[in-house]
Amino acid sequence: MDLTVEWGQVHALLGENGAGKSTLMNVVYGLVRPDSGEISFDGRAVHIGSPQDAIKLGIGMVHQHFMLIPPLTVAENVILGNEIATGLGVVDQRQAISKVAELSRKYGLEVDPSRRVEDLSVGVQQRVEILKALYRGARLLILDEPTAVLTPQEVRGLFDVVHALVRDGAAVIFITHKLAEVIEVADQITVMRRGKVVATTSPKESNQAELARLMVGRSVLLRVEKGEAKPGQVLLELKDLSVQDDRHQVAVDGVSLEVRAGEILGIAGVEGNGQNELVEAIVGLRMPRAGAILLGGRDITHASTHSTLEAGLGFIPADRHRMGIVLELPVSDNLVLSRFDRPPFARWIVRTFDAVREYAVKLIKAFDIRTQGPDQPAGSLSGGNQQKLVVAREIGTQPKVLLASQPTRGVDVGSIEFIHRRLVEERDHGMGVLLVSSELDEVLSLADRVAVVYRGRVVAIFDQKEADRDRIGLLMAGAA
Amino acid sequence: MKLDRALRQRLFAAVVLPLVSVLCGFIVAGVAVVVTGSDPIEAFTALFQGAFTNERAFPETLVAMVPYVFLGLAVALGFRAGLFNIGAEGQFYLGAIFGVLAAASLHGLPGIVHIPLALASGMLGGFIWAAVPGLLKARFGAHEVITTIMLNYVAFQLTDFLINKGPMSDPHSSAPRTAFIDPAAQLPTLLAGSRLHLGLILAVLAVPVVWFLIQRTTIGFRIRTVGFSQGAARAAGISVGWTLVLAMGISGALAGLAGADEILGVSHYMPASFSVGYGFDSIAVALLARSNPWAILPSAFLFGAMRNGAAFMQLQTQVSSDLISIVQAIVIMFVAAPAMVRWILRLREVPVGGLQITQRETAGVSSET
Repeated sequence: MDLTVEWGQVHALLGENGAGKSTLMNVVYGLVRPDSGEISFDGRAVHIGSPQDAIKLGIGMVHQHFMLIPPLTVAENVILGNEIATGLGVVDQRQAISKVAELSRKYGLEVDPSRRVEDLSVGVQQRVEILKALYRGARLLILDEPTAVLTPQEVRGLFDVVHALVRDGAAVIFITHKLAEVIEVADQITVMRRGKVVATTSPKESNQAELARLMVGRSVLLRVEKGEAKPGQVLLELKDLSVQDDRHQVAVDGVSLEVRAGEILGIAGVEGNGQNELVEAIVGLRMPRAGAILLGGRDITHASTHSTLEAGLGFIPADRHRMGIVLELPVSDNLVLSRFDRPPFARWIVRTFDAVREYAVKLIKAFDIRTQGPDQPAGSLSGGNQQKLVVAREIGTQPKVLLASQPTRGVDVGSIEFIHRRLVEERDHGMGVLLVSSELDEVLSLADRVAVVYRGRVVAIFDQKEADRDRIGLLMAGAA
Repeated sequence: MKLDRALRQRLFAAVVLPLVSVLCGFIVAGVAVVVTGSDPIEAFTALFQGAFTNERAFPETLVAMVPYVFLGLAVALGFRAGLFNIGAEGQFYLGAIFGVLAAASLHGLPGIVHIPLALASGMLGGFIWAAVPGLLKARFGAHEVITTIMLNYVAFQLTDFLINKGPMSDPHSSAPRTAFIDPAAQLPTLLAGSRLHLGLILAVLAVPVVWFLIQRTTIGFRIRTVGFSQGAARAAGISVGWTLVLAMGISGALAGLAGADEILGVSHYMPASFSVGYGFDSIAVALLARSNPWAILPSAFLFGAMRNGAAFMQLQTQVSSDLISIVQAIVIMFVAAPAMVRWILRLREVPVGGLQITQRETAGVSSET
């Protein structure tokens, strides 16, 4: 494939997960060796064998997962590897701080250099990463999915920084799968699909619908089609629920919510505002400090995960690899993970594989899981199909309430569409769905009611009709 | 082609890796023999003779194999739950204590009752000794490697206390040992004039039983799921804590069975210095078998042969029987670091067809991404 990036431009690299965007950029940054082909920088062919080579050339990369040392200050993190030392070999803190402050002023990267990284919000930590790259002399900055963890306001701040950089003559490669951002920020757009460039275009010549078509190779529904919700009785009720996180800090602070039959309640919020703790408390993975959880009228506040699932909860965990599936086990075993020990899947303590396989084949078909068969290890499926497996398992038990936490994270557009459609279908059949997602667009397009959380509290609840993107964005950031 | 690669990988892991590991183990041990001024060919010949061709050598190899099978299965089952049971040695001791208790103190029972009872008693001893670290891990997060190592020493001291002029020692004997067990509790011999006993058949039968437990039952499924991913197990409502306790317990019961079997089949009493480190060796047995119950059989056979042949080797060539520890150590190293074996093979493969292989592999990688 070919890719040309010009100075003074924002070049967006657009593609689904697994399209090869990150791999390509890892090649440019020297983390992965190319099998063939060459890279030229500033008009001459270069060999980039390691990140050190890349840094020397003036290439900087901000990874999706930050590479910062939390207990160190901003300045220390930025200068790490290029410390300014006094005569005695002691790091010159004052000079470091002033240098970092100067750099942050220049590009509008507001951050206090003397604060510890662990005390900063995710958005600010990202600025530190950018500062680090700039400090090392980066002229070409690669941002890998930079907006995944940001609030809408922080995204706007990031765009300002990006624009300041290119005005200054630098180049920015912006990796993303979010169409709206591409239109807003990019000068040039390269669309990738399955490791190949399928189009090079610009925001002026294209639009979101066309980009989406290029990305997936066919038209996708950008909006979820669904009818009016017909909410029935209350199925899941949270009463004044408080939950602590692992450090015994209050993470969920007096949350009261109701999920009714036949409705999707969406929880919008930037990650880390208590959603994980809330979800874990409902599922029985974390004991609440106070309050009550009722499922179909039954008190499950202190119930184990086993009895909670038994009582009629379906659970799609946010972390597919850690909690959703067992990578090493076959698809069939994963599809009965919570019911393997009861009939017809087991007789006494002996598993009945015929029943397991039969059930698996049925679900594989119904949920369009692309697999070589029920015996294939789940870990060898693509991310989208792994997620469809989890969704199939949890919907397959026909629970009263489905708790879907980040149900489409890291999943290709085709699977997102499929999963969204299934969630709406189950809603229409009378299931109550509690959707937790940090993708605001997902919540806005799926949920019948939207609850906004900030620092462990529900700060507002909207009906879908009244839900205004900007207002919710402000609430998510704690600004209203 | 993808499947092809998967098959090749499995073949490598199941056959090539263990064979190369053992081979390298002997090569390094051979070097050690040379360094100490002896002839490695002579030493290994003696080892082989002592294990197979000498008079009564082969039955003795099988006798030594029996505890390795049970103990290897014990450690392997722990591995399947993600547990590193280093305490097999201690559980082996407890199995012997409980086994000898039931076998020596009861009289007048027919063998068909007495033997299973004594074996079950040994299993109970091992179960208890292993369930304690399981409980400590499930409840307090105490690492089983630490707790099982510590309980090994407790087991050794407990044995010493009980048997060395203690409550279980035989008052009629000057040696520190228990009384002989009831004749009805002795395991019948399989081969006249040898120590080969019914335990071999029990050990061979234990393999399919453990395989069935791991692969075909809900208990085994729980154990494997917890071993693969505690997070996913928890989210699916599987109690990780109880599964860990159970897995440790079953692992300990198998080790305990080995202990009771040694008493009932070989020594017929329990000496204070009961084991020569079978429980520790069994970690290598399980590693070499990559925790596959069927593979425990050849692995245990190899270790039994080495254990049995080493004594003759020492007698014949003055090369210390500790030499087999070198083999074991190298085997563990190689099994734990498969990349090393790949590297060794790659070096030899290059002139033949290495280039082709590399090309195919890169093609596979790029088509995946």
